[in-house]
Amino acid sequence: MKTHSMILLTVTRVVVFVIMIFAVQLFLMGHSRPGGGFVGGLAVAAAVVLLYLAADVKTVQLGIPLDFKVLALTGVLIAVATGMGSLIFGQPFLSHAFGHFALPLFGSTELTTVVIFDTGVGLAVLGTALTIIDTISEDISEDICRWKR
Amino acid sequence: MFDRLLGLALFLLAISVTILLHRIIKGPSMPDRVLALDAIGIHLIAMMAVLSISLRTSAFFEIMLLLAILSFIGTVALTKFIERGVLVEYDRNR
Repeated sequence: MKTHSMILLTVTRVVVFVIMIFAVQLFLMGHSRPGGGFVGGLAVAAAVVLLYLAADVKTVQLGIPLDFKVLALTGVLIAVATGMGSLIFGQPFLSHAFGHFALPLFGSTELTTVVIFDTGVGLAVLGTALTIIDTISEDISEDICRWKR
Repeated sequence: MFDRLLGLALFLLAISVTILLHRIIKGPSMPDRVLALDAIGIHLIAMMAVLSISLRTSAFFEIMLLLAILSFIGTVALTKFIERGVLVEYDRNR
């Protein structure tokens, strides 16, 4: 007989959001401090892994209806497209630009194309990590499934 | 003086980690090993805190948080593995 861990599930519902907010902070801080797309993606992957552990694959797929392989591909595409974008302006591959813009709520803000590149890196890392977890888990559960049938 | 105290704290934490390693290698049961691994994670966080005081920098704070999260998830995963034998199941109501 299998028992559910109600404590783990209840704690996870709160902790996942804390981890995700921390991941966003890591992602945005990567410009001038430790952090960036790679670590941010890994932190989000850690949150989803915690969801996988507390609940199950079926429930998580209900909540996050994404194919993680497509997510990884999208990330790589975004990253490469950002790198190619600099070729249009006659700059070397992966050159980045930044500028100061007057935004309504934030005042003068420094916006840079590195953020878009980092988004791609983060999505690629997130998709790859979750694809690995997904593959492992599906194999195991389907094996057990076959044994039970 | 203060730096020497910080060095002493680091040394004591390192000794503690060594004793915990002994518990991991020799521990009679699996829960002992899991607890020792979790404690090593906490010791690493403490060592990083002492190190960041000693170096007078705040660059390690995010890494401490990240290590705390990863240590927590690792402990949860090992605990679930010991209790149920399966880490990620497809349908928990089956």
